[in-house]
Amino acid sequence: MASLARFFIGPWDFILSLVRDPNARFWFYLALSTAGYVLFIVAMLVATAVHSTPGDLLSALQSREIQHSIYLSLLTCSLTALLSLLAAVPIGYLLARCRFFGKALVESILDIPIVLPPMVIGLCLLILFQTGLGGFVDSVIPFTYTVFGVVLAQFVIGVAFAIRTMRGTFDQLSQRPEDVAMTLGCSRGGAMWRVTLPAAGKGMVAAASVAWARSLGEFGPVLVFAGATRMKTEVLPTTVWLELSVGNLEGAIAVSLLMVLFAMVVLVAMRLVGERW
Amino acid sequence: MIELQNVSWRVDDFSLTGVNCAVQDGDYAVLMGPTGCGKTTVVEIICGLRKPSAGRVMVAGADVTGCLPGDRNIGYVPQDGALFPTMTVGEQIGFGLQVRRRAKDDINESVSRLAQELGIAHLLERRVHGLSGGERQRVALGRALAVEPRVLLLDEPISALDEDMREGMMALLKRIQKEHAVTVLHVTHSSWEADQLADCVLRMENGVIEARKA
Repeated sequence: MASLARFFIGPWDFILSLVRDPNARFWFYLALSTAGYVLFIVAMLVATAVHSTPGDLLSALQSREIQHSIYLSLLTCSLTALLSLLAAVPIGYLLARCRFFGKALVESILDIPIVLPPMVIGLCLLILFQTGLGGFVDSVIPFTYTVFGVVLAQFVIGVAFAIRTMRGTFDQLSQRPEDVAMTLGCSRGGAMWRVTLPAAGKGMVAAASVAWARSLGEFGPVLVFAGATRMKTEVLPTTVWLELSVGNLEGAIAVSLLMVLFAMVVLVAMRLVGERW
Repeated sequence: MIELQNVSWRVDDFSLTGVNCAVQDGDYAVLMGPTGCGKTTVVEIICGLRKPSAGRVMVAGADVTGCLPGDRNIGYVPQDGALFPTMTVGEQIGFGLQVRRRAKDDINESVSRLAQELGIAHLLERRVHGLSGGERQRVALGRALAVEPRVLLLDEPISALDEDMREGMMALLKRIQKEHAVTVLHVTHSSWEADQLADCVLRMENGVIEARKA
């Protein structure tokens, strides 16, 4: 990056260094790629933002349907983040600490929700709940086309990302302190609870935030498994789709901007919490 | 006394077969051997962190082969100390007593006595981040000693220290061993450390441990 700093000293010097110095060219190409991609993202957001007016945003916020959709999105995403963390901590710990027969297969299965098209996940969920066992579960706790279904559809994908994050976190934390805690009288579970989990705080915050952010944008599985009933199972991505389908572009843009805002606020807040941990 | 009787252990392509050795009560034993010969594995088997496939582990006259690590009356100081990353120095030292549900006053009293003894009383409120290598080893030593073990297992406690700190640490280890009346097994590949510290040297090579008096 030192070569980029030269640009501020003199543009000619900088151009000359690009011609002469292969290292300068290397850094320049990297900086160019990064700047191009960052500008692309910013351009998308700015274009969307300037297409809308504060009035559009305000009138969208005054709609009862959209207010309900905001409420349901915040509720389901928070529940999903919590559930994802509860599942990701033990699974991530097991994968990081244990070697067992079929581990590669288990890891591949856990990654399936990440690589499958989201719509297919929704369809698989729908079919699962048509089977005998699924039907029984559905008769006890109704998932299909309900708010529970929204959470489950978000959870399937959110938890896969949370597991990856937690596994990485536990991989980074040495097992030695846990071993010492065991010689001091802890069980393996006690050592994990007292020594490793407090040290995994940042990772847990990251896992919860990635699950939250993924859930906020989840559309396909929610649409297929939980439906798009207004005032019932409508979450923010569903709102965008419903507004677009009736030709209300302003409403769709306003809700999209709201989602961008929520995602950014949560990511910044989580990062601040994570840094203080 | 620490005794291994025909201990075997195997994982992937590394194995120990029929390992025997004994360290007498109150001795300071130094276990030496080339890198990768299984010294740390032997220490972990004694601790109970690895389960031998055959043989017996005796500590202070009792067969502890089937015991949990915390029930073996052993203090363990691994390489680099392996301190608990989120606790203060005082919390680390009092950890074993807290797990054993000792009264808070007893814990505080033990922590401050050990901290004085190890010269780390001024660090009690500090977290581990930023401690020097020598300070980390002293904290790890205090944490192991707090539960008043009969046996102390030290895995290369000096090798990571600066040269000018090594002699001080060795003097401390020798003093601690006498004052706490513990049997020590100290793993190293430094013959200089063995010359300075050992009552008894155990040399491990090709899965066999040979003992000689220092």
